Amino acid sequence: MERSASRREFLKIAGGVAAGIGLSAVVTVRPASATPAEMQEAIRKVVGSARVTPGKVKIDLPPLIENGNAVPLTVRVDSPMTETDHVRAVHVFTEKNPQPYVITFHLGPRAGRAQVATRMRLADSQNVVAICELSDGSFWSDNASIVVTLAACLEDGI
Amino acid sequence: MASALINVPARAKRGEIIEVKTLISHVMETGFRHTQLGAAIPRNIIRRFVCTYNGTEIFSADLYPAISANPFIVFSTVATESGTLSFQWTGDNGFSVTESAKITVE
Repeated sequence: MERSASRREFLKIAGGVAAGIGLSAVVTVRPASATPAEMQEAIRKVVGSARVTPGKVKIDLPPLIENGNAVPLTVRVDSPMTETDHVRAVHVFTEKNPQPYVITFHLGPRAGRAQVATRMRLADSQNVVAICELSDGSFWSDNASIVVTLAACLEDGI
Repeated sequence: MASALINVPARAKRGEIIEVKTLISHVMETGFRHTQLGAAIPRNIIRRFVCTYNGTEIFSADLYPAISANPFIVFSTVATESGTLSFQWTGDNGFSVTESAKITVE
């Protein structure tokens, strides 16, 4: 009886300690990163009060990448790219990088094809969102989730 | 100091869509890193890239620290006339590099 009680006590204390460690780990380990809410706020700043509809844009990102320092990113928009109907801008955002902004491409009817590419840094496995702005003022979005094995931004400099 | 690589087809048919690839050597220091002694490394990035075709702006981009070192940017344009494509990168600490490429449209 006595042994089982002490075992219960032990488990209670151990559980509490473990929970405490877990809790403090959550508080202290969290890096200086943006949150999905910050990303939404950044998107709001770009689109204003306009409605963002999923579709038309396509993000091309590998599903898994070893090195987050250079992740190939391609964004395509389904648009005829004429004087009256073209893509004005493509914005790219991330959820968990220190800053939600990645890049903004400004295109026009002279682009011919709405396809752009670059290489980006990713600090963690996360969602990447692309928003495109068409000449009629509408906004379209797409998102892609990616797993990063070696994160960027964390290594120290010399 | 800084060097840029540009890939533009030398010849194109009128109205053809050509792909332009650009790469420039730059550290793109994010400003979020620290030295081993704990001092913050100041941000040093390219903030803007502009491409003009015979003086008319056809493409530009705003860059943030989330762009990899040695920014690589690919875009396309319609070959309208023979002339020069000019590329300019500007950024922190007065960074500014201009490069150009010639194209013959037939």
